[in-house]
Amino acid sequence: MREVKNSRDRGGPAQPLVIANDLTRHFPVRGGLFGKAAGAVRAVDGVTFTVEKGETLGIVGESGCGKSTTARLLVGLIGLDKGEIVLDGEKLGGDLRLKDLWDDVQMVFQDSWASLNPRLTIEETIAFGPKMRGVSKVDARRLAHDLLERVGLAPARFAGRYPHELSGGQRQRINIARALAMKPRLVILDEAVSALDKSVEAQVLNLLADLKAEFGLTYVFISHDLNVVRFVADRIMVMYLGEVVEIGPVDEVWRRRAHPYTSALFAAMPSMDPDARTEKPPLAGDPPNPIDPPSGCRFHTRCQYAEAVCGKSVPRTSVVAGIASHLAACHMLDEASGHTKAGAAPTLINEAAE
Amino acid sequence: MSPLMEIRDLTVRFHGERTVHAVNGLDLTLQPGEVITILGESGSGKSVTLKALLKLLPEKRTEIGGTMTVDGIDVTALTGRRLSDYRGKAVSMIFQEPMLALDPVYTIGDQIAEAVRRHDRVSRTKAMDIALDMLTRVRIPSPERRLRNYPHEMSGGMRQRAMIALALACRPKLLLADEPTTALDATVQIQVLLLLRELQKEFGMGIVFVTHDIGVAVEISDRIAVMYAGNIVEEGTVSEIIKDPRHPYTKGLLAANLHGATRGTSLASIPGSPPPLDARPNNCAFAPRCAHAREECLEALPPVFRPGPGRRVACVLERGQSEMVLPARTPEAA
Ligand SMILES: Nc1ncnc2c1ncn2[C@@H]1O[C@H](COP(=O)(O)OP(=O)(O)OP(=O)(O)O)[C@@H](O)[C@H]1O
Ligand SMILES: Nc1ncnc2c1ncn2[C@@H]1O[C@H](COP(=O)(O)OP(=O)(O)OP(=O)(O)O)[C@@H](O)[C@H]1O
Ligand code: SF4
Ligand SMILES: [Mg+2]
Ligand SMILES: [Mg+2]
Repeated sequence: MREVKNSRDRGGPAQPLVIANDLTRHFPVRGGLFGKAAGAVRAVDGVTFTVEKGETLGIVGESGCGKSTTARLLVGLIGLDKGEIVLDGEKLGGDLRLKDLWDDVQMVFQDSWASLNPRLTIEETIAFGPKMRGVSKVDARRLAHDLLERVGLAPARFAGRYPHELSGGQRQRINIARALAMKPRLVILDEAVSALDKSVEAQVLNLLADLKAEFGLTYVFISHDLNVVRFVADRIMVMYLGEVVEIGPVDEVWRRRAHPYTSALFAAMPSMDPDARTEKPPLAGDPPNPIDPPSGCRFHTRCQYAEAVCGKSVPRTSVVAGIASHLAACHMLDEASGHTKAGAAPTLINEAAE
Repeated sequence: MSPLMEIRDLTVRFHGERTVHAVNGLDLTLQPGEVITILGESGSGKSVTLKALLKLLPEKRTEIGGTMTVDGIDVTALTGRRLSDYRGKAVSMIFQEPMLALDPVYTIGDQIAEAVRRHDRVSRTKAMDIALDMLTRVRIPSPERRLRNYPHEMSGGMRQRAMIALALACRPKLLLADEPTTALDATVQIQVLLLLRELQKEFGMGIVFVTHDIGVAVEISDRIAVMYAGNIVEEGTVSEIIKDPRHPYTKGLLAANLHGATRGTSLASIPGSPPPLDARPNNCAFAPRCAHAREECLEALPPVFRPGPGRRVACVLERGQSEMVLPARTPEAA
């Protein structure tokens, strides 16, 4: 384990920075004539994971599977219906107040436009948080300029601009700088580099790595770009329809995509060869309705390996190929499940592995 | 065949506390039914170029020069009713930020139906049917229910697809797609790209596509144009650009990708930063960051060469290798 040097550390290096236990959040759905609640979107439905100190946890999954909602739960922006969040040994709502959580956790939002105040200049935006915390005006300004420089936006040209005077990728970098200015211990980055060209993206990823080494930062990194996740993450968590279907060390998961959804997701990466474009989508079938998710394994309606048992019972989480840190929830991994491929699964379903 | 879109010598300047020369003499042509991808540095003027084509830039503070023709229509001269007919029917845009295009106080269904009715005389019910069909086509799950969603009730990727549906609902001849798949996972992304390819064939739509993802560019486009500091520095077919990049910026950009990068090491990026753009570049804007820069690169705008049909490269390194179509020059004083 990497050494974490942080004066705010309470639980010691072995204590995970975050324990997310059974996180659950449903959104009521309006329906009918008078907009009465008619069911609920099960956006996040019993999600459990930990984030170790100094690690980067990558989260990937189908659009709408609950990644951003999970992130917003972690920063306490929306409340839990069920479950608990433990930050460095202290439970949110117990020893840990929301205000304490916000001292340690920052988020870079997926929508870089909506999350900037249009009436503040870039410099004011970045310096605002530190100033609220008692950092002097001069120091906050210096910090803002330093961070602008480091995300590749010359302060002389950009400090005085307003959000609408920036390109999409420039705004995204402002959001990253603003989060880092708060000196958090945990940064949740929700599609935070998606609008950057590859060269600037490399620059920002290098910056994140430097800060991690310097301050022992911990990241939760949500991205649709699997190449980026592979590069930045230590572990990767794959979500489908409000649930975790697979989690494990990134190289491990890359090699042995144990859950069929993970396989389909990875197989859908664009071809880099102009002469061999994709002709057929690797995942057919409609994404199911999150209000009334499929019974049993939620992926069974689209899974090419689905058998009767898959629609009947919820798969248990099993260890993949004897590697304790690699877990997946699929009947094929559970010898007792009754699936005909049970026990022989990982090698069977990994045609795509490199 | 006359081109679907022709941009000649486009310049866009923002006046404010300080002037920003966002687009500087850009030329770009698109044939009907063709898909071109613009790749380029963050801040190089991709979104501004697309917005100029829709006349969406704030009039007061923006100075636009050059000509833009779409489907035979002189875009610069459009006003009033003719402008609103043009938007949506001839050309429509998928914006980089969905929240800019979607109105937070109306449901997705109402917004798409309203857009349809603005251009076609159809009943409300029919317009809603079209909206539903579009949401289905962009693979939004449970589309009937999503029709009644407000934008904030959708995930980032659903909003993006709703906006794609909105842009396609009136079957435009030209689609401007500004990073339309950044919020989509790989499986949905490939479905949306296949859909765009299908619609493009079905009704001969031309597409200008902006992305940072080379893989996406490869999947969707016929040609690639590479932009730097408000101009196109290189253009060619997808294979030409990917397999044989000529301009040093293109080479740097393609080299800065994560394929094969080892975790824990520093990623390669192009050293230095883009030019300030507080004045119009009067030399090669990439020269300060270019390992091959010579004196002549700093003295004038680089000559443009034509290494093959439909291909162009604005770099002195091409001299002697291919035909020169535009000599080195100094832009007129602003
Ligand atoms: N309203 C404005 N006022 C002043 N400058 C602006 C305005 N809009 C854009 N700019 C500047 O013009 C340049 C081009 O912006 P544009 O949005 O076209 O970039 P882009 O190529 O789309 O970049 P990205 O990939 O980051 O989205 C940028 O440097 C930006 O800061
Ligand atoms: N405020 C809300 N009201 C109602 N439904 C919501 C709300 N926020 C999210 N949802 C729903 O919860 C589900 C999960 O959304 P979330 O934004 O977490 O997905 P995501 O995994 O981040 O997707 P994307 O990759 O598209 O950003 C979706 O079905 C979404 O429509
Ligand atoms: S013109 Fe000169 S400076 Fe510009 S890219 Fe070519 S070689 Fe480099
Ligand atoms: Mg999201
Ligand atoms: Mg842009």
